[in-house]
Amino acid sequence: MATTATGTSAYTYDHGPAHVDDRPFIRKYIFSTDHKIIGIQFLLMSLTFLLLGGTLAMVMRWQLGFPGKPLPGGTLLPETYTNNGVVLPEFYNSAVTMHGTFMVFFAIMPLLVGVFGNYLIPLKIGAPDMAFPRINMASFWTAVPAGLLMLAGFFVEGGSAAAGWTSYAPLSARSDLTGVHLGQIFWCLSLIILGLSSIMGSFNYITTVINMRAPGMNWFRLPLSIWALFVTACLVLLAIPVLSGAAILLLFDQTIGTHFFDPQAGGQPLLWQHLFWFFGHPEVYILILPAMGMASDIIANGARKPIFGYTSMVLAIIAIGFLGWGVWGHHMFQSGMNPTLGTTFMISTLLISVPSAIKTFNWLGTIWQGNITFHVPMLHALAFVSMFVIGGLSGVFMAASPFDIYIHDTYFIVAHLHYVLFGGSLFAIFAAVTYWYPKMFGRMMSPFWGRVHFWLTLVFYNCTFFPMHQLGLHGHMRRIYDPTQYAFLREMQPVNQFISISAFCLFATQLIFAANFIGSWFKGEKAPDNPWLDNGLEWTLPSPPPHGNFATVPTVYRGPYEYSSPHSDLDYLPQNVPMPGGAGAPHPQPAGD
Amino acid sequence: MDKFLSWMLPPGASTFVGDIDWIYYLILAVTGVAFVLVEVALVVFLIRYRKRPGRKATYIHGSNRAEVIWTSVTAVVVVIIGLLSAPAWNKIKGREGVPPNAMPIGIEAKQFEWNVTYPGPDGKLGTKDDFTIRGQLHVPVDRPTVAMLTSQDAIHSFFVPSFRIKQDAVPGMHIRVWFQPTKVGEYELGCAELCGLGHYRMRAIVTVHTQADYDRWVAEQGHSVAQR
Amino acid sequence: MRRMMLGAAVLAVGVWGCGGSKGDASNGSTGGSSAVAQSGGAAGPTGNATVSGVIHFTGAAPSNPKIDMSQESACQSKYTTPPTDPQYVVKDAKLGNVFVYVDSGAPSGKYTASAPTEIDQSGCLYHPRVFGAVVGQDIIIKNDDNVLHNIKAIPKVNRGFNISQPSAGMTSKRSFSSPEVMVPLECNVHGWMHAYVGVLPHPFFATSDSTGAFAIKNLPAGTYTIKAWHEKLGTQQQTVTVGAGETKTIDFTFSGPKA
Repeated sequence: MATTATGTSAYTYDHGPAHVDDRPFIRKYIFSTDHKIIGIQFLLMSLTFLLLGGTLAMVMRWQLGFPGKPLPGGTLLPETYTNNGVVLPEFYNSAVTMHGTFMVFFAIMPLLVGVFGNYLIPLKIGAPDMAFPRINMASFWTAVPAGLLMLAGFFVEGGSAAAGWTSYAPLSARSDLTGVHLGQIFWCLSLIILGLSSIMGSFNYITTVINMRAPGMNWFRLPLSIWALFVTACLVLLAIPVLSGAAILLLFDQTIGTHFFDPQAGGQPLLWQHLFWFFGHPEVYILILPAMGMASDIIANGARKPIFGYTSMVLAIIAIGFLGWGVWGHHMFQSGMNPTLGTTFMISTLLISVPSAIKTFNWLGTIWQGNITFHVPMLHALAFVSMFVIGGLSGVFMAASPFDIYIHDTYFIVAHLHYVLFGGSLFAIFAAVTYWYPKMFGRMMSPFWGRVHFWLTLVFYNCTFFPMHQLGLHGHMRRIYDPTQYAFLREMQPVNQFISISAFCLFATQLIFAANFIGSWFKGEKAPDNPWLDNGLEWTLPSPPPHGNFATVPTVYRGPYEYSSPHSDLDYLPQNVPMPGGAGAPHPQPAGD
Repeated sequence: MDKFLSWMLPPGASTFVGDIDWIYYLILAVTGVAFVLVEVALVVFLIRYRKRPGRKATYIHGSNRAEVIWTSVTAVVVVIIGLLSAPAWNKIKGREGVPPNAMPIGIEAKQFEWNVTYPGPDGKLGTKDDFTIRGQLHVPVDRPTVAMLTSQDAIHSFFVPSFRIKQDAVPGMHIRVWFQPTKVGEYELGCAELCGLGHYRMRAIVTVHTQADYDRWVAEQGHSVAQR
Repeated sequence: MRRMMLGAAVLAVGVWGCGGSKGDASNGSTGGSSAVAQSGGAAGPTGNATVSGVIHFTGAAPSNPKIDMSQESACQSKYTTPPTDPQYVVKDAKLGNVFVYVDSGAPSGKYTASAPTEIDQSGCLYHPRVFGAVVGQDIIIKNDDNVLHNIKAIPKVNRGFNISQPSAGMTSKRSFSSPEVMVPLECNVHGWMHAYVGVLPHPFFATSDSTGAFAIKNLPAGTYTIKAWHEKLGTQQQTVTVGAGETKTIDFTFSGPKA
């Protein structure tokens, strides 16, 4: 692995004349229009939120494992959060809500879409920047106040939003039911503002992918990461306005006395759920598609083999993009919605597992007969496949509506969603961050600490989330502050304690990643242009690439997965290299189809 | 320890147990096989095809036959699971599923209590002998009970794990939920939908009586019922 | 270049820090609102006149509803006889838990309470059930039961609150910023638990005890409208004039609800 990680590319290029960048600091790094800087800004912001969200999870795990015992350091918190150090139900509910909100909207989604959408799209398609660089900058600087507003909830009277990240009305709409007034309003406002950021980002991505591909980069030469980000951007553009609309209605209910969701005045609580999940289920795929795409790139690279079934991978992404709109009702099987709809949604939900299965089989096909290099990103990408399989299979249980009657709103769901979002998305994010870190910062992350972090994470992650399946099968409800109040859950308390201790270890392990991330920034080994011997266009550039990316517009001759090609003596063949030997070299094709 | 890692469902006490649990075990078997196949293949491939010097990966781009096979097999399996699940869903939640001889009760959820209204000796709701009790659900064994479920404030969810029944209680809606206990005893009823500060304590006891005991209990309540 | 990127990071974090501390300040002022009321301004005028009296009750005393605490053994164990909801505290034709207060005529100075008042949750009932507080006065809320109580205030003028105390020995502190008679308090875990607090801009109020007696002390000389409020039987009023050092007796009579 060491040779791969540090070896220099056999294909060398003239990077063109040295690019003189004389922009002042603030234009270069703060209010930058460079997609790479914006990507890194999103990275720093979303990793911060990942840490905050994780910290809130530790608060919850403390209370669940050791209910009624003072939280270590809890006495330092305000008396509205803890009483003699004991976490109060209001703080627990607010931790539940903000953990979900931070992780979904301010960590995983920006990590996948904001960071890698920004960083990878122009580099991988051979473009100098996004189609609308200033709107791109505005997208980041809209996300920042949204994040600050969400955080501000913790510091106002009544505390932060506490109605769950799904904010089911009327609990979220009526402050008398939660004791939270400003916090709920901030939650709505923040998501409305963040929605603007997402919309600005997504149409930028869509335009860039459609219009700015380098000559020869036709649709079926696009890396799967770009396909996934493209379809994701379409989902974002269509789904986020639904959330924004719903949040505006909820905000009106909270502030100016409308009653869209309050039945006391003719409103309908289920309306919120329909709107939220009409956004929310495409959102689930927003949170996993880019992870799938980037994992595909990394797995092909690690296996040194073309991706298996490229076309069916693309079709599966597109299929998910369409089917994802027709399954929201499976979140509402027990909501009181017409039971006939339940049957319909059960079938559509079961069918959406097909494209996910296709992708899994294709990943297996990719490593089959490969020549597998276990670099750190590859380890994470393989863990992604392995854990996503568990998350995908556990989804079948709740898709079957009769069994969902039993496990709906139990820890089985919590286990499932964490296998998809942590085991799936977050492992892919770890893979992607370690993979593209050298390109972003010009330094390698420590492979040793990368491996330590990977193995400890894999172990503690499974110790944390796997037993949650058992809790759920035992009937353990979600979002309860103290499970020992129920006799049937008291006997499962040792499982809760085991999960909590594993979760603390899992959290501590992430500090290794943080230290590696920050330490490598200063002390990491200098990164070569192409440390992973990857075929993508970004690896033809210096690490980090200059402002404007490509000195000369690259020409693309083939897809990104030509590893171990018989046309080359090496086991990779970059997209922009004419066929070695000249004979039979394909002619460059113009952009577009 | 085996209890903690068991894949078995806890014992149940209603007629739904049979309808629901076998679907679970069916899916467990199907997904279990898929899980083992995929994970074993993954590990075997990782070991077998690990990097070795002087070797190149096989240069292939896929197989249409493999794609067709695994797409159609997966699709057929999930559709079969769906078709096998549908009858249980219609029986438990379908509008036509409620047995006509079910005993009617009213359940009004509020932060953070379950208030159960019983039909009294005449067996009819909405008559003078109705009475309401907080936090206690009493039902006769081997006889269907249908609850008219509603909520005063937030959304709650009526969940009796032993009965394998769960239904959200939504303000402004009256949702019928039915079940038929099969064993005399005490069970726990919990709230499964976050409803505020006291969500975790929104608990009640379900007592399943023999019909004779139940009738006796109803007669006892008649006049001495406490206001909530 | 790398260093500059780090600069960007530091700056970004810095912006967050500012947001955080700003929020912190607003939190501080919320928590300290009662302290401000206690220290702000000179105390309004007081005197040494007293208005006292007895609340009479006519008719048959309605029976208080029984409370079924069978699901809450920690509370039930505190009772030897089955607990009832003390809506009517009637003894020898005298009515307790009537809130008697100066409605108009009180000096307009700003009054502050020297000590906090207390409400205790014990045996799943509020003690006291009816009480008064000066605007800004700290109300200490105690939980003596080892069960969850939440305390929800449902004011019309003031800002409400809804807080919880999951175990015995916990205390919280709240106050109200505007006069309001009465602010209902309730516990949603135990739907029978109700209490009422009368928030007034002055300390001239009293609650009748179990013998129906009340006394409003330290009044300056003057003419006052005195109101008496009962949770089920409504409000009555009388006007009374007291001179310096004088004690005037006024009685109120409530009659039971017609059966």
